[in-house]
Parts: sequence; structure tokens; C-alpha cells
Amino acid sequence: MSTTSTVKKEVPVDAPRAELESAVVRFAGDSGDGMQLTGGQFTLATALAGNDLATFPDFPAEIRAPAGTTFGVSSFQINFGSHGIKTSGDSFDLLVAMNPAALKVELKGLKQSGIILADTGSFSDRNLRKAGYDGNPLEDGSLDAYRVIALDISQLTLDSVKEHGLSNKEALRCKNLWTLGFIYWMFGRKRKATTDWLETKFAKRPELAAANVAALNAGHAVAETSEILDGFQGFAIPQATISPGQYRAVTGAEAMAWGLTAGCQLAELQMVFCSYPITPASSVLHTLSTMAALGVTTFQAEDEIAAACAAIGASYAGGMGITSSSGPGVALKGEALGLAISTELPLVVLNSQRAGPSTGMPTKTEQSDLYQSVYGRNADSPVCVLAARSPADCFDVGIEAVRIATKFMTPVIVLTDGYISNAAEPWLIPDVAEMRKFPVKFEAETEGFHPFKRDPKTLARSWAVPGVAGLEHRIGGIEKDYNSGHISYDPANHQKMTNVRFAKIKGIADDTPPQKVDNGPDIGKMAIVGWGSSYGPISRAVDNLLAEGLEVSHIHIRNIWPLPKNLGGLLSGFDKVVVPEMNNGQMLTVLRSEYLVDAQGINKVTGQPFTIAELEEGVRSQLGV
Amino acid sequence: MNVVAKPEALKPKDYASDQEVRWCPGCGDYAILRAVQKALADIGAKKEKTVFVSGIGCAARFPYYLSTYGFHTIHGRAPSIATGIKITNPELDVWIVSGDGDSLSIGGNHLLHLIRRNVDVQFLLFNNEIYGLTKGQYSPTSRAGTRSPSTPLGSVDKPISPVAFALGAGARFIARGIDSMQKKLPDVFARAHAHKGASFVEIYQNCIVYNDGVFSNFTEKDVVANRQIHLEHGKPIIFGAENQFGLRVADGKLALEVVSIGEDGITEDDIVVHDETDRIMAHMLAEMQGADRPVAIGVLYCDPMTSYEEGMQGLQARAKKQSMNHDLNELLRRGHTWTVEDA
Repeated sequence: MSTTSTVKKEVPVDAPRAELESAVVRFAGDSGDGMQLTGGQFTLATALAGNDLATFPDFPAEIRAPAGTTFGVSSFQINFGSHGIKTSGDSFDLLVAMNPAALKVELKGLKQSGIILADTGSFSDRNLRKAGYDGNPLEDGSLDAYRVIALDISQLTLDSVKEHGLSNKEALRCKNLWTLGFIYWMFGRKRKATTDWLETKFAKRPELAAANVAALNAGHAVAETSEILDGFQGFAIPQATISPGQYRAVTGAEAMAWGLTAGCQLAELQMVFCSYPITPASSVLHTLSTMAALGVTTFQAEDEIAAACAAIGASYAGGMGITSSSGPGVALKGEALGLAISTELPLVVLNSQRAGPSTGMPTKTEQSDLYQSVYGRNADSPVCVLAARSPADCFDVGIEAVRIATKFMTPVIVLTDGYISNAAEPWLIPDVAEMRKFPVKFEAETEGFHPFKRDPKTLARSWAVPGVAGLEHRIGGIEKDYNSGHISYDPANHQKMTNVRFAKIKGIADDTPPQKVDNGPDIGKMAIVGWGSSYGPISRAVDNLLAEGLEVSHIHIRNIWPLPKNLGGLLSGFDKVVVPEMNNGQMLTVLRSEYLVDAQGINKVTGQPFTIAELEEGVRSQLGV
Repeated sequence: MNVVAKPEALKPKDYASDQEVRWCPGCGDYAILRAVQKALADIGAKKEKTVFVSGIGCAARFPYYLSTYGFHTIHGRAPSIATGIKITNPELDVWIVSGDGDSLSIGGNHLLHLIRRNVDVQFLLFNNEIYGLTKGQYSPTSRAGTRSPSTPLGSVDKPISPVAFALGAGARFIARGIDSMQKKLPDVFARAHAHKGASFVEIYQNCIVYNDGVFSNFTEKDVVANRQIHLEHGKPIIFGAENQFGLRVADGKLALEVVSIGEDGITEDDIVVHDETDRIMAHMLAEMQGADRPVAIGVLYCDPMTSYEEGMQGLQARAKKQSMNHDLNELLRRGHTWTVEDA
């Protein structure tokens, strides 16, 4: 059912828009089509319109995959609506397909009767063949189950910008803005934020700014004045009820960078961030590299090992050493982590998890480094492990990581993943000046000093920093004598030191909040236990199941190690425990071994986040309903 | 004249820690430790500002025997730890102590980048051409054919030249010493200390247990004069028991050759003058290797440039002038934000 675009509307311009509670839009095109940018602008316009939202960019590993191929398709998905949006959405209502490959790859995610906006200008025989089509799906009736808006966006874009004197290539690059204008009309979005942004972005090339604005307006005008679908007057999505305050959209990578910085400020420590580029962790390094004027030191090391070691050197010298990577890089940092454990220096290790093993699928998400974090080192070497549950939550987890690392003189591993690093959500901007400080007190007392003198309560050793006369000392990876800090091979001493390192990490659970039930009853039929970025889909699935009258509860764990003190007791109040994870069952076995609980897993490792429907189905099957 | 010694003037023994030194009796490391303690006293090093960082190996025990701050880290990674220390607190005076395996095998990459970045540290490479702590396997500086527990038929691989490696990595200060050189070694360390940037010092160190006498062809008393060249900036490179030898640039080649002064009409004027700022000269001295060649000792090369920390500090100062990002609260509110009013 393809429609042509040239029919003038018979209906009055102010005919009512169709009201939707929420909608999911997926922008898909070639890597070079600017889909991420288009999605980012749509996100902003949607936030400004007062909707709740969540986004998910999904792009290929190749920087510039061959044009027109299915593996070069770059996509951006946004779910927005008037209440509690917690994921980027399962299937989508509108698919923007800038070429045949995008249609080929993404069609399976479109809802029945969903809308396709396709650029016929890119549906050439050659592009169709590249995408693996024998015929043109826009013409052969194969899309009859959907509502298709087929427009020659390429030509319409060229027409709209011709007076600005761009080359054909430059002019064609405006077609994402043309498309954006079209979609803006469909959802009643305002264009001003985007035109402002274009004018700033192309301040040095005003003709590009003007052309892009012209394309945006042209797309909007075509949508407004044409009969794009039978009787379609656009959608309206009521504003969400949102707590008052100042908001911005934030990605997990940004929130983590800012949270770690805030943590260092609250600890009154110099932040020294040492990293080696790796997907999907590099964006944290990029964000922090713009923050030198805030006193943030960033260091791009020669490799992962050097990054971890430089961070340890930074902490030794009295800074807050932080290193960041993804699973394969964290594997390389393992020995250095052992040194930080042995010398009991604060260190934050950020792991933006990705699909593995080995190189795996670098741009795809997974939460399969839980074993690596909790167990993955030689010897008895406990550390603290935290996991962020959403892009905005990264800010709070970043602060908490610095607090624990400095209070307990220990490495803290922070888990995020490719999904929350790149995904964005609205964030009520906190006032850092109002946050409770936790200033670090370096050792100053020379009398009776030795480097492994401990705080009797936290068991943290004293942090004596080079530069202070009278506190000169030597530390290293060799076992230390409990009473003097000197090298010791004494058997009983090693037992004691191993015990104290263990007890210190265990004691962190006394300093962190007890586990709460996120949703549903505190005692009941089934606890659905999640951690990390699956928070959104689990939370929404549990919401839906509770609304159906099923007795389920959602428990979401931030403190991965040590686990919250009350967790075992809490789990024992449920007949069944189900653990959905984007891995083969890692938290599952941790819970089974810690609490002897007969937990069952719902596991998925496709490189894509859980959908709400998948989780609902998994839970129903465990409930036997 | 009544000269009162400054009360804070420390003696070499003041830089010794209370820990018992546990190298093998007769190890060259003892002599190097003494020379370092003397150098620290000579330069008036403040103990609280001084940090010795080491990796793994016999040499890496060094920090435990000094009364300064010390960090005994993991194999090969001392340069990375030291870099972290220096970017956090550039005021600290950081020395790295390493062996040939630690610095050129497992830690080769880090040494390369420490030098390339020109981090302001002193890097002391104790070269004994063998793995000591793991009981005698051949090392990356062992000569081809070295028999060891892991190469009973002799090693196949060719050795690396530490000073040539350092030059290749872009070092701005390169010196060489010998463990037995008690008079001159502290001065070499003091020169390394005075140089701002990464100072690379190779010290030939005898391993009495696993590689005894490996340097005897230029360290034995009877050959010292004829086989060692002690470089002095601005002076002709003359050596020999009777100052009878010199180096000159070989005809038609970019290499140094040994000539006898007074023979074949060669006079002192033909002898090349050591210019420690001349990188090509440093290359030629570094390439001068082999059982029949003299060994250049002292400062081979010294030509300072901006250190890494200075560069970083400059960058931060520039950012503070130019960047808008001075306050975290402001930064969080910059860009596109929107305000939800009270309902």
C-alpha cells in the first residue's frame, strides 16, 4: 500500500492529531547518512516537548562500511511517551529507511501496521541488489501489511537546497535533516532547537547551516501539506508527569564521566583518569578530556596495562586514580588490580561491557563480565563491584565508587555496558554543591606510623602520600607484615593478611544501603532479580505483569560485591527466584552459591538488550501461566 | 673561618633503610646501591620528595633498601606507575630501578613510551645480561649463543642494545656506567638527576651467580684503560693507559674507528671531540659494540627538551584560560536543557 506524496490535503490544517500514549521510532540508514545525529536531534525536540523518553543507538563496528550494505546499517531508536518510559522500546511504530539495506535489516522490528518512511531515491537496482532484494519491496506488494510513505527524499532534498549553491554531494547530505523535518511534523515537534543547533554547528559555513535549515523546513512543509497517509493528521503524545526541575538528556558515558568527577570533588582529590581507547568505553575518556580546566587529568596510555598502572601510580601519589576499559582490556589490567589489592590503594576500574569472548562484538551489549569482576584474578583477591542500571544512574554510581574506593582503600570495579554507555535518557540535573562531601584525610601522624596501620572500623590502611617528611615508607606487591608493613613470608601473617583483606571488602556491606524491593511485594511468589542495564525492561515487564494481577516482585542489585547484607533473607521470602541476565547465568550462580537458593535464569546473549515482551514471556513460563 | 655544616645535610648512610640487604654476596647491586646513596647525598636529595619505583627482578628490591619513599610494583610496569606518580605530583623526584629483563622484555613497551613522552624521571637499567631472580635464564641483552637453563644449546636470538633502544625511542639523556666504577658512578647519577626529562642510564652489573665475568673483557683491571672510554663533553675522545688511542670518524663511513695517536701521522687534532648534544655522535657511540671495541662510559647524550609533565601543565593552564568548563555544576547545565515547572 504505497502512497504518493503529491495529493493536497482536503482536511483542514487544524484537524486533530491522533493521540498516542507512547511511540517508538527507529531511524535507519547507511553509516554515512547521519542517523545518530538525526536521532539525537529528535531526542532533544522530544524532551523539549515534555515527553519521557529512552534512546538506543545501534551502529556497526566498521567506521565506514561499504555504502548500501546490510552490515553498514546504522540505527537509532527512541521510545517516548506520557508515562514511565524505561526502555528504548521493543518493536517500533515508525521505521525510517534511508535505503534498501536499512529496510532489509530493520523491517523485522516494525509492528504490524507500522509506518515505513522510505527514500525511493536510494532504491536503485544497484542498492536493492546490495541489500539482497530481487525486486523492489516498495512496488511488489510485499509491504502490504504496513503503511508505507514512499518519497523521493533525495530529490526533494536537492530541490529544497538548490539555491544555497552546494555541491551535489553536500546537498544530498542534507537529506537527514529533510527527513527529520518530516518526522517533526508527524509528531508535532518544534524545529527551533535544531535550527539553533545547526547555526552553531555550521557557524563557519553559513551556507551549510542555511541549506540544512531549508531542508528541515521543506521536509516539515511536505508532511504538513501533503496527504501522506489516508486521513493521517499526525500524532500527538501528551506530556509526561515529570518531577519539576532542570533536565538534560544524558548518555551513560557522560553521566559516568561527570559522576566520577563529582566523586573526586566530594573526596577533595585530584582526578587522574588513565585509559586506552576501546569500544565502547572510549567516550568516557573523550568527555573527560574536555574537562582539563576543572582540574581533571586525563592520560591516554600506551596500553591497558599501562593505563591501570598509571592510575595506581596516581593513587599512590595522592590522586584518585581511575582506569577505564571494556572486558578484554580489563583482562589485561588483572595483574595491576592485584597490586592495588595488595598495596590497598584506592582505584576505580570502569568496565563498559561488550559482547565477547575475545573481540566478540565490540559495538554490541552484554553483561557477561560479572565473573571477571567478582572472581577474575589470581589468588584470593577480593574487590568491590558496583553496577549502574541506566544512563542517569551512572552519575550516582560514579560518586559511590570513589567514596568506597577512598573510604576502604580498595579497587572498585564499576560495570556499565555498551547499552547504557550509548543510550540516553532525561536527567534531573543535580546540584553538586549541595551533595554531602566525603573529604579524604591523608596520614599526617608520624608517631608510630607504618603504612599498613588500619582504621579499626573499616580496616582501611592509612593513606600516606609521598612528600610528607617522616612518613617515608616502602610498599609493594610482596606480602606485608600486619604489624609493620615490612616484607613478610611468615605463614601465619599471610593467613592474617588474607583474612583482613577479605573482611575489609565484606565490611563494605555495612556501609552501603540494604537491598530494597523495587516493585511488588516484599514477600511472595516470585522475585525477579536483575542487575545492571536490564533494569529498564525488567522494571517495565514487572509493572505490566503486576497490572495483569500476577504476583511478582522486582529486586535490582547495584552492590554486586559484596552483596547487600539482607539479600539472602529477602530472597528466602519468595517461592521462586528468577534472574534475567544478558549472559549465560553469572549472577545466577553467584546467588546460588552465596545463598543456596534454587534460582532460575532467563538468559539472552544476542548483543541486543532484553525486550519487555521477552521478559514477560520468560516470567510467565517460570510461573507456569 | 667557622663553617657550620647545614643541619639537614644528609650523608649516604642516611639514605639507607633499616632493612637487611638481601642480594647474593658479591652482587654488583651492592655497589650500585652505595653509589646511589652517595649520589643522593651529593645532590642533597630530600627523602620525603624522593620516590624509588621498581618492577620485578633482583634489581627491583632496591627501594626496600633506601629510606626514601619506595614502590615495588609488578614486572615491567614501573615506568607506567612512575608516569602516574609524575602526572599527579610533578614535584616528586622519581627514580626507576629496573633490570634488563624487566625493562626490555616484559616492560619494553612501557620503557619506550616513558622515554618517548620524556617523563621527568631517572631510569636506571641494571644490565647483567641474564635473568637472576628466576635462576639464570637468558635475557634480551644476552649475547647470541648464551647457554642457560632455558637455552641449553645456546640462545638463538640477538641481543638488544639498551642505549640504542633508548636513542631510538627519542631519549634526551643517555649515560652508561659500570657497577665497579665507585668513584664516577655517583657523578653519572647526579648528571641524570640534573637533567629535566627522562634520563636513561645503563649500568653494567655483574651477576656473580649466573653470569659472572660477562663484562670482564672491559672491566678486568688489566684491560680497563684500553677498553673503556670515559667521555667528557668538549674534550677529544682519547683513551688508553698512555692516552695512546682515540676515536675518529672513519673515512667515507658514519662510524667511529679506534686509531693510535702518533701512528700513521695521526695527531690529537684528528680525534673527534665529544659533543653530548650531538645525536649522531650518540648513535655512533651506541653502535660501537663488540668484543674488540672499547666501551663508551659516561654521558653519551644530553640535549634537554620540555618534559611530559611540563607539557601537561601547560595544557591545563591553557585549558583554564580558554575552556568554558570551570565548574561542574555549570558544565552539567550547559547545552540543551529544559525546565519542568511545578504542576
